[in-house]
Amino acid sequence: MINIVWAIVFVLVAPVVGGLVAGIDRKITAHMQGRVGPSILQPFYDVGKLFEKEQTVVNETQIFYAICYVIFMIFTGALFFAGGDLLLVIFALTLAQIFLVLGAFAANSPYSYVGAERELLQIMAYEPMVILAAVGMFVATKSFNVSDIASTTIPVVLLIPGIFLGFLYVLTIKLRKSPFDISTSHHAHQEIVKGVTTEFSGPSLGLIEITHWYETVLLLGFVYLFFGFNPLIGVAAVIIVYLLEILIDNTNARVRWQFVVKSSWLIAAIVGVVNLAALYFLSGGVR
Amino acid sequence: MTYLSKSPWIIHYDASSCNGCDIEILACLTPMYDVERFGIINTGNPKHADIFVVTGSINEQNREVIQNIYNQMSDPKVVVAVGICACSGGVFRECYNVAGGIDKLIPVDVYVPGCAARPESIIDGIVTALGVLEEKRKNRVSSPTVTDHDHKAHHKHAQGGAQ
Repeated sequence: MINIVWAIVFVLVAPVVGGLVAGIDRKITAHMQGRVGPSILQPFYDVGKLFEKEQTVVNETQIFYAICYVIFMIFTGALFFAGGDLLLVIFALTLAQIFLVLGAFAANSPYSYVGAERELLQIMAYEPMVILAAVGMFVATKSFNVSDIASTTIPVVLLIPGIFLGFLYVLTIKLRKSPFDISTSHHAHQEIVKGVTTEFSGPSLGLIEITHWYETVLLLGFVYLFFGFNPLIGVAAVIIVYLLEILIDNTNARVRWQFVVKSSWLIAAIVGVVNLAALYFLSGGVR
Repeated sequence: MTYLSKSPWIIHYDASSCNGCDIEILACLTPMYDVERFGIINTGNPKHADIFVVTGSINEQNREVIQNIYNQMSDPKVVVAVGICACSGGVFRECYNVAGGIDKLIPVDVYVPGCAARPESIIDGIVTALGVLEEKRKNRVSSPTVTDHDHKAHHKHAQGGAQ
């Protein structure tokens, strides 16, 4: 069932949580590198600053695409937290991401073009595994609805451990962490100037940052679905997964885009499909 | 409440510097000095940057680049000239190919002298720049678009140096 209250809670609370997660991420990263690091509230200062800056655009449509990116990301997250259809969530998420790519292509800049093309490659790389994750949850719980999966008593992660590992693999791409931050990245890493966000400045860049917070919360919610049978374990797993992502981010150098696409498809094909096939035959097919 | 001074992003450009000042700027980003604790991030993108940190003096190769970077930055923005070469041309000021300090080309807000400028003084310069940045935001100062048409018209290298 669709629960409007949760959707509203997501729209209001997710930027706060996402921003705090980003701040804690930067603090932990700094400590891992032996630095003091910025305040936990630094992401909020950054976005506040961006909204104080002058808006300079190459092409007016960029702003339109940036706004569409925010709207569709909020729609995706709201649908997810309202307990909607997981497949629709994934399609809406892809649509949101495509708007970012269009925004980058709208500016006639080589850096922005390369970033946009790499963003498309990233979408290609993670999409099969994300869809496999949805299918895996369907086979495990017999439902595509997030509300059913989140409230199930079946230990989903024990039925689809391979898919969970595969999902963790592509989560690194989704969160723009090293070694897979090929289109753009955070923490002052530079990638072909600044990849997809090169031509965005001031308020429109602020919007993209806020969208990223929404996306982080949505993705962590996705991780929680694997542990929906026990909320306590679920929250603990989400925290551990994010700490693991920070560790991976800080201990790996960026790889080439060819490796990103090849390895994530290979992982999806091996652990994802094998896990799905095993589950399918063991449970005697989907009824 | 202002956020500008809490999140200054810099773009660093090496204009014919000997790399001494550049190494000191990069030293500011290391765990020893860690300027990220002030929210300072070294971006490679003028469109994201608030503070333009230039080292070295102007020559014929880089004057267009400096102008281009400056013009691409969104307001409010400040320029910090790091090292004596960026401030006045330093020991190179009478060279046939050097036009002088960065202020010959774009408005400079903070001068950080030294050869090479020490990380402490660079950080001090950036923090001073934050005050200027904040003032510019309050007064809604719009920076000029710098061009080089005059220079192109009378192209005399020897004009630079001691005058």
